[in-house]
Amino acid sequence: MGMEGIGARVARKEDKRFLTGKGRYTDDMVVPGMKFAYFVRSPHAHARITGIDAEAAKAMPGVIDVLDGRQLQADGIGNLICGWMIHSKDGSPMKMGAWRPLAVDTVRYVGDAVAIVVADSAAEARDAAEAVIVDYDELPAVTTSIAALQDGAPQIHPEAPGNLIFDWQIGDGAATDAAIAAAAHVTEIEIHNNRLSPNPMEPRATLGIYDSAEDHFTCYTTSQNPHVARLVMSAFYNVAPENKLRVIAPDVGGGFGSKIYIYPEEIVCLWASKKTGVPVKWTSDRTEAFLTDAHGRDHVSKVKMAFDKDHRIIGLKVDTIANLGAYMSLFSSAVPTYLYATLLSGQYAIPAIHANVRTVYTNTVPVDAYRGAGRPEATYLLERTMETAARELGISPAELRRKNFIRSFPYQTPVIMNYDAGDYEASLSAAMQAADWDGFPARRAQSEARGKKRGIGMSCYIEACGIAPSQAVGSLGAGVGLWESAEVRVNAVGTIEVLTGSHSHGQGHETTFAQLVADRLGVPISSVNIVHGDTDKVQMGMGTYGSRSGAVGMSAIVKALDKVEMKAKKIAAHLMEADESDIVIENGELKVAGTDKVLPWFQVALAAYTAHNLPAGMEPGLKESAFYDPSNFTFPAGCYIAEVEVDPETGKTEIIQFVAADDFGNIINPLIVEGQVHGGLAQGIGQALLEEVRYDEATGQILTASYMDYAMPRADDLPSFTLSHQNTPCPGNPLGIKGCGEAGAIGSPPALMNAITDAIGTNDLTMPATPLKVWSALQGAAMPMAAE
Amino acid sequence: MAKVTLTVNGRTMSGECDDRTLLVHFIREKLGLTGTHVGCDTTQCGACVVHMDGRSVKSCSILAVQASGSTVTTIEGIAAQGELHPVQAAFNQHHGLQCGFCTPGMVMTAVDMIARHGGALDEATVRHELEGNICRCTGYHNIVRAVLAANEEMHGAARQAAE
Repeated sequence: MGMEGIGARVARKEDKRFLTGKGRYTDDMVVPGMKFAYFVRSPHAHARITGIDAEAAKAMPGVIDVLDGRQLQADGIGNLICGWMIHSKDGSPMKMGAWRPLAVDTVRYVGDAVAIVVADSAAEARDAAEAVIVDYDELPAVTTSIAALQDGAPQIHPEAPGNLIFDWQIGDGAATDAAIAAAAHVTEIEIHNNRLSPNPMEPRATLGIYDSAEDHFTCYTTSQNPHVARLVMSAFYNVAPENKLRVIAPDVGGGFGSKIYIYPEEIVCLWASKKTGVPVKWTSDRTEAFLTDAHGRDHVSKVKMAFDKDHRIIGLKVDTIANLGAYMSLFSSAVPTYLYATLLSGQYAIPAIHANVRTVYTNTVPVDAYRGAGRPEATYLLERTMETAARELGISPAELRRKNFIRSFPYQTPVIMNYDAGDYEASLSAAMQAADWDGFPARRAQSEARGKKRGIGMSCYIEACGIAPSQAVGSLGAGVGLWESAEVRVNAVGTIEVLTGSHSHGQGHETTFAQLVADRLGVPISSVNIVHGDTDKVQMGMGTYGSRSGAVGMSAIVKALDKVEMKAKKIAAHLMEADESDIVIENGELKVAGTDKVLPWFQVALAAYTAHNLPAGMEPGLKESAFYDPSNFTFPAGCYIAEVEVDPETGKTEIIQFVAADDFGNIINPLIVEGQVHGGLAQGIGQALLEEVRYDEATGQILTASYMDYAMPRADDLPSFTLSHQNTPCPGNPLGIKGCGEAGAIGSPPALMNAITDAIGTNDLTMPATPLKVWSALQGAAMPMAAE
Repeated sequence: MAKVTLTVNGRTMSGECDDRTLLVHFIREKLGLTGTHVGCDTTQCGACVVHMDGRSVKSCSILAVQASGSTVTTIEGIAAQGELHPVQAAFNQHHGLQCGFCTPGMVMTAVDMIARHGGALDEATVRHELEGNICRCTGYHNIVRAVLAANEEMHGAARQAAE
């Protein structure tokens, strides 16, 4: 592998700028004449707008203009869309209600944007927003999916009667029902997956710049996929044609899914820049982030898992209601369907599966993909059900899982996915050994002697990553292809730029992608630059989410490198008067195998650009591009074990140890992969123990809109983690990569909940397992919700 | 409007600002030092930590006018002549950062923490004292490693010199 090649534990190249305060995030951007925006937002969960009076606000100090939704509509700016079509089981298309970038007639959640104020300073814009008088007729609101489906619930969109967006199914209902009817044992459970806010530490921001001389827009934005942003803003929102719109996502401070989507603010700031003639910058504060960044999860499911007399699963039936919030966000429809129900086979051979999914409008923030996106919901449902079944059947959780593991590949599940490789037993065994599973009873006895309750729990997860084969997702309703692009530019002196459509916002692409080049060409990573995040530099790309940048993004780089190498070898063969097939590339040199003839890499590059002596007919230059479309999803999998100690006096859970054993396929940089797992685990543990977006059901007001109310995991909430890898290379892509970005968040919540319920001896516990909930469960009492 | 004069990273700098301007906004917008970040509105996240007269403070919780006359060190000011501070180097070596947004505050907090404890730092103390700095990327695992390694580097070297 070499010191810097594939598999090397290289410290990140990009760190120095972040460590010295030289990172450049959207809010750091300053351009001449720049002014500041503040959005007037709905204080009501559901209301009709009867009038907007901005005259007093316009007269306030520093105010340039106040613009509203009618003006936006008059200028032909389009509505926000969901880009993945789902059909209900009756064949009807999903019922998408209109989402205007600035509300015109109706507001549907607290935080819905109504008007934009542009002023000389952010403080003046904020002051003036207070003076914008919006008259509302309040309407009744509904925040939970169950309530929204009830007769007489407030009607949120005229397009979606009864607030039902779609009623979709997958799998074989009849076969599943038959399996349940014939079962020796059926485990039934209701599963709640709590609503979360992704909370990247950098709040969203955007800077819209309109150049009237060129009739051209530039948009700086906190995006995971600037090219998708440009595509959508051009093709659907009518902001500007693609050649008149440059989107730049500079350093971006985390995303976790929430920065995939194109939000109203980008569109409105670009439009407002043209309208006012000044560059317009908007930066979200944290409360606005809670009010407007797409939330994640929020499922309620009923589960039946059927077993034969030998404890083999013979059927799984799932009925899920997913809350999509007030509007359908960009990929919201795909999350509770093709990213969720297709993973319900887990690591197990289940002959019959049926899932029904209803999605519902409520007066809450739109819900879309958050780290894991559908796969955490599937894993949590399956792994709590498996644990419950093991307890009911009186066998060990490991034995029940082992009995049902898929053991030969490829394996076709009843819910679309075709697993290509894996070794679930290896991860289970490694995790149990690392956790000293067999020594648990003794540790439990020690805890009991100290008056504490100790529990241990496991979770065996699988996910589908490397999103995704374009033709396959197209046939399932996706509005875009999910390939990736790359361009490898070798400069005349041999240094290299790699342009990628992937976007790095913490993942370390500037290091790992350079390691790939170093591995192939033997050049140091210091001579390789990774270029991303600017539609003027990189022609097209699909961005970073769904753990796709290694498996898909790097595969595109491999294809481009193949072409570069082929041309370089032709040139070298010509210069050294050798046969092209005898040329090998090693340690930054092109050699004629079996001889002492050698040319340094830079000389071949130089020859390509001087073009004094190239093979007949060859074009000068050394630059190649490639598009890579994956042939299948990839299937990272693993086993996580949590061991906890609960204080029965307070209900507080302490994590004693957390073990993760993962199969990510081949690994480029173990240091970075471990970091991805750590971060995912923290978010999953946050979901299980701390985090939940709560609404007041009567008023629709969000109750958790700051870090005083929404419990983010802090350093002293978490343990150090014990990690290991049991990698089976992915056969589906040239590097054998599966992806590692989401695993931690997917696999950890059920492991923890299984451990806590093991400790307290009752299964009746929902996430987040706060001390109050755990204490209440220990008392055998209903939790006093109002007091929480 | 108020005139504010600060010694920032060794240089005396002045600027005019609203009475209500927070120190963090003064540093970012008037002085153009954008390494100090704003991640919340409630003094919880710690992305804005700087050193003021030798103590770590959240620069979102103090007015610029209150800070006038003081000596401030920001993330831009702790690497000497292009050499990373041992804490910065340890964060790089131990992968203690991902997106980099919380990193300036984390580093400034860690520098202060290591100085205050005079070498006597363990994992529990580091985790407890990082409570005021939120990171969403790393799960803190490698941040804790980096702080302990930097502590060892700085104080271990001092101990060796003393012996």
